[in-house]
Amino acid sequence: MPEHILLRHRDLPGLERLDVYRKHGGFEALRQAVSTQTPAQVIDVVKASGLRGRGGAGFPTGVKWSFLTPNVFPRYVVANADESEPGTFKDREILERNPFQFLEGVAICAYAAQANLAYVYCRGEFWDLAHVLESKIAELRAAGLLGKKLFGSDYALDIQVHLGAGAYICGEETALLESLEGKLGQPRLRPPFPAAEGLYGKPTVINNVETLANLPPILTRGAAWYRSIGTEKSPGPKVFCLSGHIARPGNYELPLGTTFRELIFTHGGGVPGGRRLKAIMPAGASSSILAASDAVLDTPMDYESVAALGSALGSASLILMDDTVDMAWVARKTTEFFKHESCGKCTPCREGTYWMLHLTERLTGGAARPEDAALLESVARGMQGKCLCALGEFSTMPVTTALERFGADFPAAAGGAA
Amino acid sequence: MLADKHRAEIEAILAKYPPEHRRSAAMPLLYLAQQEYGHVTQAALQEVAELIGADRTQVGSLVGFYTLYHDQPGGTYRLQICTDLPCALRGAETFAEKLCENLGVRLGGTTPDGMITVEGVMCLAGCDRAPMFQVQGADGIHYHENQTVESAMKVVDDLRRKSSHA
Ligand SMILES: Cc1cc2nc3c(=O)[nH]c(=O)nc-3n(C[C@H](O)[C@H](O)[C@H](O)COP(=O)(O)O)c2cc1C
Ligand code: SF4
Ligand code: FES
Repeated sequence: MPEHILLRHRDLPGLERLDVYRKHGGFEALRQAVSTQTPAQVIDVVKASGLRGRGGAGFPTGVKWSFLTPNVFPRYVVANADESEPGTFKDREILERNPFQFLEGVAICAYAAQANLAYVYCRGEFWDLAHVLESKIAELRAAGLLGKKLFGSDYALDIQVHLGAGAYICGEETALLESLEGKLGQPRLRPPFPAAEGLYGKPTVINNVETLANLPPILTRGAAWYRSIGTEKSPGPKVFCLSGHIARPGNYELPLGTTFRELIFTHGGGVPGGRRLKAIMPAGASSSILAASDAVLDTPMDYESVAALGSALGSASLILMDDTVDMAWVARKTTEFFKHESCGKCTPCREGTYWMLHLTERLTGGAARPEDAALLESVARGMQGKCLCALGEFSTMPVTTALERFGADFPAAAGGAA
Repeated sequence: MLADKHRAEIEAILAKYPPEHRRSAAMPLLYLAQQEYGHVTQAALQEVAELIGADRTQVGSLVGFYTLYHDQPGGTYRLQICTDLPCALRGAETFAEKLCENLGVRLGGTTPDGMITVEGVMCLAGCDRAPMFQVQGADGIHYHENQTVESAMKVVDDLRRKSSHA
């Protein structure tokens, strides 16, 4: 196994302690940035590294930072630790086991953005974790690694933790900002984007936990080193989450561009009970479902290649399903999730998820009518392109791809679709 | 009154946000109120609203929106089992059913002694350690992972014991 870059605690026991983290070079990247580089230079290094956001969309991080409206202050940085996508549990491991690398990443991002205050927005269920993070932040203040005149410069930074209270939609960046402002977590109309008008109407950078944890090694080891990992368009390491029907569920840090086959069979140990792998959801519940063919298994998991299969890499949280799983049931389960989590702000998503739930319940409850599968398809298609935020769109993807790629699993549709 | 009993904690919460954006403290203050009163009472809404200079309906709408706030009393502890897709693939639905049977409740119901409300919830970012649940009580939220019905019943026994000592 090559070294871990993000899950470094797996190689270095005790890394969650500040003394251990510092002994292994911790806060060297921040020191170097604050005392030898301008914010613009830090942004250039991150741009050159090709780092892409690990929260799902894969947008280039340095490019995003450079959209901050010039000369408007104060600015804010918000770390997205809302991790609520079904099948995703990578940020949690980083926060629990390698918290200082994440916090150093937050500080680097804040310096680059010239923000003096950063918030970590944790999902409410991370109650214990959030309290531990607060104590780690207190240690940083006591050690002079947060506060005024960092490393003898004029730069000042503080970090605060904010707990959500159980709402998946708060992972969407503008809903997250609303929530942080003490309001309902409902997405904002964009533009303006957060880089122009974010928290409290000020220029704001929002990045995922894993994205931020990439920053310290990028600064100390350089963009060229970073680009030596992964693919040309999707550089760097990625934490892949494996859940569902897999022998060894858990997180696996591997280069972007690792094939599905290597991840699932070499690292994850394959499907238990000698069963056949039937389907893969590569991006949690928000996935277009892939039928597990040889061609799919040999595809490298980078943003472009998974998109070319008719799905998306997203947060790289793979839900695996063996040949006992009924995809109509899967469509019902994901629809239950999205119906529950729809924030209700826009009609297509609020009503559409409601109707999709009724139909998937009927289709899996033995009471299906002959027209139900077609009706489900038309409700889902009718929502596409009409929702205010991506949640509404996400909710349709498992449904339409289950119908399209696993039509035989839908009882009433079998005659027509098979 | 929260303001009298938890003055230092309230000050610490408010200090996290810029003074002109006190409303950001609504969520942490709601947690504080819920810990104090067991659920978010009408009086608590008023108290939180006054602390942040918002009106009561604004604060009240948060309680309806976010699933971890409760405006109705429930069991002393809420045992929230994840039955979302990845956990369901690893037997979480059967686990939830059996645990409910053992506790003599339905999903959503509360044990006759008023101690445990069992609920099904969406993904808790612990899918690789299913079956799993969290317990929400006056002392916050804690995870229990890689569970069996037996180990879960032990967790319940511990909660009952803890509460009878409290
Ligand atoms: C419905 C929805 C849920 C999301 N949930 C999360 C989440 O839990 N964590 C996260 O980092 N990003 C989430 N995102 C993506 C964020 O909106 C945003 O793109 C991301 O935090 C940006 O960080 P990055 O550029 O570092 O990826 C979600 C997006 C949507 C539409
Ligand atoms: S698409 Fe759904 S979650 Fe997004 S704003 Fe509309 S109702 Fe809310
Ligand atoms: S699906 Fe249960 S914790 Fe993720």
